[in-house]
Amino acid sequence: MKALQRFTATAAVGLLALLGAGHQASAQIKVGAVLSVSGPASFLGDPEKKTLEIYVAEINAKGGVNGQKLQLVIYDDAGSADNARTFATRLVEEDKIVAMVGGSTTGATLAMIPVFEDAKIPFISLAGAIQIVEPVRKWVFKTPHTDKMACEKIFGDLKSRKLTTIALISGTDAFGKSMRDQCVAVAPKAGINIAVEESYGPRDSDMTPQLTNIRNKPGVQAVVNPGFGQGPAIVTRNYRQLGMTQPLYQSHGVASKQFIDLAGPAAEGVRLPAAALLIAEKLPSSDPQKSVVVNYSRTYQQKSGQAVSTFGGHAYDGLMILVEAMKRAKSADKAKVRDEIERTKGYVGTGGIVNMSPTDHMGLDLSAFRMLEIKGGDWTLVPGT
Amino acid sequence: MRLLPAIAIAAILVILPYFFPSAYYYRIGALVFIFALAVVGLNLLMGFAGQVSLGHAGFLGIGAYSVVIGPVYFGLPSWLSLFAGAALSGVIAFLVGRPILRLKGHYLAVATLGFGLLVAIVLTNEAGWTGGPDGLSVPRLTLFGWQVRGSNAWYWITGATLVAGFVLALNLMSSPTGRALQAIHDSEIAALVLGVDVARKKLTVFTISAVYASVAGSYLALFNGHVTPDVAGFLRSIELVAMVVLGGMGSIVGSLVGAAVLVVLPQALTIFHEYEQAMLGLIVMVFMIFLRRGIVPSLAAAFAGWRK
Amino acid sequence: MAELLQFISSGLTVGAIYALVALGFTLIYKASDIINFAQGEFVMLGGMTTVFMALAGVPLPFAALIAVVATTAVGLALHRFAVEPARGASPVALIMITIGASIFLRGVAQIVFDRRFHSLPPLFAAEPIQFGGAAILPQSLVVLGSATVIVVLLWLFIDRTLLGKAVLATAANRLAARLIGIDTRRIVDFSFAVSAAIGAVAGILITPIALTSYDAGTLLALKGFAAAMLGGIGSAAGAVVGGLLIGMFEAFAAGYLSSNYKDAVAFLIILVVLIVIPQGLFGRAKIERV
Repeated sequence: MKALQRFTATAAVGLLALLGAGHQASAQIKVGAVLSVSGPASFLGDPEKKTLEIYVAEINAKGGVNGQKLQLVIYDDAGSADNARTFATRLVEEDKIVAMVGGSTTGATLAMIPVFEDAKIPFISLAGAIQIVEPVRKWVFKTPHTDKMACEKIFGDLKSRKLTTIALISGTDAFGKSMRDQCVAVAPKAGINIAVEESYGPRDSDMTPQLTNIRNKPGVQAVVNPGFGQGPAIVTRNYRQLGMTQPLYQSHGVASKQFIDLAGPAAEGVRLPAAALLIAEKLPSSDPQKSVVVNYSRTYQQKSGQAVSTFGGHAYDGLMILVEAMKRAKSADKAKVRDEIERTKGYVGTGGIVNMSPTDHMGLDLSAFRMLEIKGGDWTLVPGT
Repeated sequence: MRLLPAIAIAAILVILPYFFPSAYYYRIGALVFIFALAVVGLNLLMGFAGQVSLGHAGFLGIGAYSVVIGPVYFGLPSWLSLFAGAALSGVIAFLVGRPILRLKGHYLAVATLGFGLLVAIVLTNEAGWTGGPDGLSVPRLTLFGWQVRGSNAWYWITGATLVAGFVLALNLMSSPTGRALQAIHDSEIAALVLGVDVARKKLTVFTISAVYASVAGSYLALFNGHVTPDVAGFLRSIELVAMVVLGGMGSIVGSLVGAAVLVVLPQALTIFHEYEQAMLGLIVMVFMIFLRRGIVPSLAAAFAGWRK
Repeated sequence: MAELLQFISSGLTVGAIYALVALGFTLIYKASDIINFAQGEFVMLGGMTTVFMALAGVPLPFAALIAVVATTAVGLALHRFAVEPARGASPVALIMITIGASIFLRGVAQIVFDRRFHSLPPLFAAEPIQFGGAAILPQSLVVLGSATVIVVLLWLFIDRTLLGKAVLATAANRLAARLIGIDTRRIVDFSFAVSAAIGAVAGILITPIALTSYDAGTLLALKGFAAAMLGGIGSAAGAVVGGLLIGMFEAFAAGYLSSNYKDAVAFLIILVVLIVIPQGLFGRAKIERV
């Protein structure tokens, strides 16, 4: 009997909660975000969430957009594309958003695209794979650099150092796999020969067998590690543990100073392609991105207490591009805003300078990536890149 | 009389949409039915036959990917791929079940866990077939020339299939096989002594539960329009087991209740923002402590006690 | 030859980690027949609490001590508030409670701590030890050593102390144990507390190698559970052997076969072993009563 009473009480609370969730505010511009805040992709989603919250609050404090405040509706898909799809439907049907900035992972983004295309709502994705904007879909845009660009940047640097035979060691997660596929596709044209490939699970704790196989392969001049999260830090540590001396390249998935802290002295000499955001303070004052990245960097660090991450930067760019488009369109009408997003030209963001067009829904080119090297426990810009 | 639960569910199914303000609710309903279908199958295995499976999402994954691979690589229509997937799951269950079902208790749990993980790993790695970790888009289901779109349509399709699944399960349970399974659950040795072919019965129910899960997985893929390897993942398997246990092991109706709770709860808990995972864990614990036989059996017992 | 040694070194490193986690399952199972799926979270709490205490300025040894004490308290609370009230429920219901607890602890951890990765400094030097062309981290040997020490301590405890015998009695037949005056609730309390402590120590020792984060517990619990079953649940030595074997399988599969499928190979081998030896390597065949 007691069990029944307790159960009824719990159910009643639950029901009330569910009904209460339907309560909506009015006269605000609703922007939706489905992010992988928890789960295997929280490395991406957590800084994205913090960034969106910080900047929506800032924009609202300054009066909002076109005189209206922004209301941010964030859902956590916990890294599951299925959940993302459900939340996307919820945003469209229940919360009635006018625009979406989100989709931390490619899988979640691809799962959500049909929902937003059907509902004719502009969707700025925060995921990396090139399939999101190739083929171009009318309502879908993205802010992060593609993994194809990362490969091209790395290969370009390898060529300039006269290194043409490499090994790949990639994470089996979506980020690592997608970038690995792009690198394999781009290698022949770039004149790079991939001699051997290994992989590791994103939560593995020791990659020395794979690195040993790489070390034993004759002729390998450099090693490239597509991956994100903790894996690259462990790969880097293991690399030095085994005494390997060939140049090691990480990917843009490494994304923040925390990588250097985790990898420790092993990170010395590692190179990777990254947005200017990581070296904000070190940029020459003539650099067009300097003020934007320094501003974002300081705000994020101050308000969140954590080191800045390029993934958070992508969210910042997504939000700002949306807001600028709304201002130019002078309304929150979905079709008008979409048109204005497509007309984004010369937007200076954390990822680079964005120039979109009807055939390019990302707007970045290779110059948006800088080649960084880790020296003395900090990022430095490789000259001439 | 024995089909009363199925009739009641069918009635609820038909009445419920009158309360739906938007397509979002149809989607939630369809998802509940899809998972309930898989859970009914798993309940037959866990609740009636008393065998634990921590890798059942593997069959979910086989069903889900069969409706992509069939159309994309073999040009088969989606509905045919669904059947092919179910058949494949059945065959795999039969082959894998024979050696594995000799294990008992926690050892069976680990073995099924391993199976589920193996399926997930293959799905992740064989990117040539499966699209790898980012998954593939699923071509939409076409029935009699009409493309099935929208949560409304799927609500009815999944609901109807669930009722059919219910009827099948209820019939199975009151058949000699069902009684044999209950005997096995109560005591395997006693059942053996009575002449029950324990190994064969366990294999039968394992295969049936795999087919249920496969159909559910196919529906999930067709409904979502996109499939990723974590449909077969470890967390999914745990979710299915939680639905069985929460709803009530051995209760067919409980399968629907368990599925409903674990699909609706994460949606309802979003109001807690940062705390949603903690709240989910707390609610699961509370349910299991106070309604330890599962929601439906505990409520039924309380109701019976109250009537006295 | 050098590469074989390196694979062995990797296998030992990873295997020792699994072994330490697997040990945590043993005592609770021995005392109460429950598989505690929150064991991974105990490991996570040990590591993360130490990291955050250290970040707050507490000297490392004290941070570690606080972490162990705090985690032990969590383990005790888990038993008292979640498992004990459901005493008499079916094994599956109890397992579901521990799963609920692990979700709860993960949910709380992401708020109390954060969602990033963290590391700890190793106990001794960070320089790898070179042997025969291979390199092993000193910390790996520390993990291996602690696993051995814990096995020995557990064995001494179960075999040589009265309390240990009481644990065995509680597991064998709870009612009979109570009838002869054993406070079975205290015994299970104790087993949860000690398992939590073992988990916390594991977390602190593992983090310098494998890093840690709020959700590090899930995969560790998975592998630890598989290791404990492979070795035969209830056997501490079995847990360690199981863990080391899985680590070896993974390392050798990664080195000689395919790094993509190393986890699959490991699990396949576990499946085969269990089919041939249904009670695990060192497990006692369960006597079923009709």
